[in-house]
Amino acid sequence: MNEAMRADTVQFTGHGGDPVEAYLAQPLDGPPAGGVVVIHHMPGYDEGTKEITRKFASRGYLAICPNLYFREAPGASPDDAAAAARAGGGVPDDRLVGDIGGAAAFLRAQDGSNGKVGTIGYCSGGRQSFLAACSLDLDAAVDCYGAFVVASPPEGLPLKIGPILHLVKDLRCPLLGLFGGDDQYPSPDEVAELERALTEAGKEFDFRIFDGAGHAFFAVDRASYRPEAAVEGWQMIWDFFGRHLATS
Amino acid sequence: MCTYETTTLTVTGSGKGAQGWFPVSDATVYYDHPVHARPDHTLNIDLRNPARGTDARVAIELDAASARALAEAILGTLERVPAGLLDTSTG
Repeated sequence: MNEAMRADTVQFTGHGGDPVEAYLAQPLDGPPAGGVVVIHHMPGYDEGTKEITRKFASRGYLAICPNLYFREAPGASPDDAAAAARAGGGVPDDRLVGDIGGAAAFLRAQDGSNGKVGTIGYCSGGRQSFLAACSLDLDAAVDCYGAFVVASPPEGLPLKIGPILHLVKDLRCPLLGLFGGDDQYPSPDEVAELERALTEAGKEFDFRIFDGAGHAFFAVDRASYRPEAAVEGWQMIWDFFGRHLATS
Repeated sequence: MCTYETTTLTVTGSGKGAQGWFPVSDATVYYDHPVHARPDHTLNIDLRNPARGTDARVAIELDAASARALAEAILGTLERVPAGLLDTSTG
C-alpha cells in the first residue's frame, strides 16, 4: 500500500430519496476495504471532520462524511449551515437514519468495498452513530461523547431529539464508546447508565472514560483537545475497526 | 462540552453581514463552542434572515464576561432612553 488516496465531494441518495452532499476519501490501492461513515459534530460539515475522513482513508478504509445540514443550507459555509440547523432544532432522527443508511449503501457499492461498514460520530454525531447502529445493518459503531442517549435535552431547547436508551435492545453491531470524565453532555453517570443497559441486554461493547478530558477531546483545533486521550482513543478505534471491518 | 443551551426568538431590525445590510428576522442565542473566538465556550448570537439565505447572518462570539457586560449595556441604555422614544413601530 502506497498510501495514495483520492478525496472529493460526491452526492449519494439519502433519506426520502433526497440527494445529499458528502465528502468521500478512498485509498487508491490495497485489498478490498471496510467502509466508515463519519458523522460530523454539531458545528457541521467542517474542515476538521473532513480531515478525520481523510485519516480513515490513510489507514485503508473507504470513508464518507455526509453533510447532514445539506438540505437546510446547500452550498453554505459550515458555520452558516450549523447556525441554520441549530435554529431549526437539529437533524430529525428519522432523516439521520435514512441518510446514514444511504451513505453506507453508497460505500458498499464502491469497487474497493469489502461489504463491511461502520460508523463513527462525534458530539451530536456520537448519539447519531449509536442511533444508526440500533436502526441499520452495520458491522461496527463508535460513539464519541454523544449526549442525550440517556438524558433528555434541557427544557425549552429547540432540539427535536430525545433520549434513545430504549433502543439498546435493537443494537445490531459491536459498539465502542469513548467519553471524557469531565464532560457533562454526556455525564459519567449517563455513560454508566448506558453501560448498564448494554450489559443487561447482552450487547457487545467497550467503553472508556478518559480522566482529565472533557467533551470534544479529539478536536485538534479546539481548546478541548486532550492529546493523551485522543492518541489512546485513536488506537482503540484502529483496533476496533480492524477487528470488525477488515476483509474477511 | 457542547452545552446545546440555545434560545431562539424573532426580532425586528437590520444587520450587516457578508453581503451588506439586510433586515433581520430571527435570533439565536447559545452558549457553546465558538467557531473563531479563542475561549473553549462562548456566548454566541446569530442574527439571521432565513428567507434571504443561510449567509444572511451576523454572528458574534463573546466570552461570558463580555456577553454579560454587553447585555447590561443594552438594558442600561434602553432604561435611560425617554419612554417616548421607545416606540418600535416607526423609525
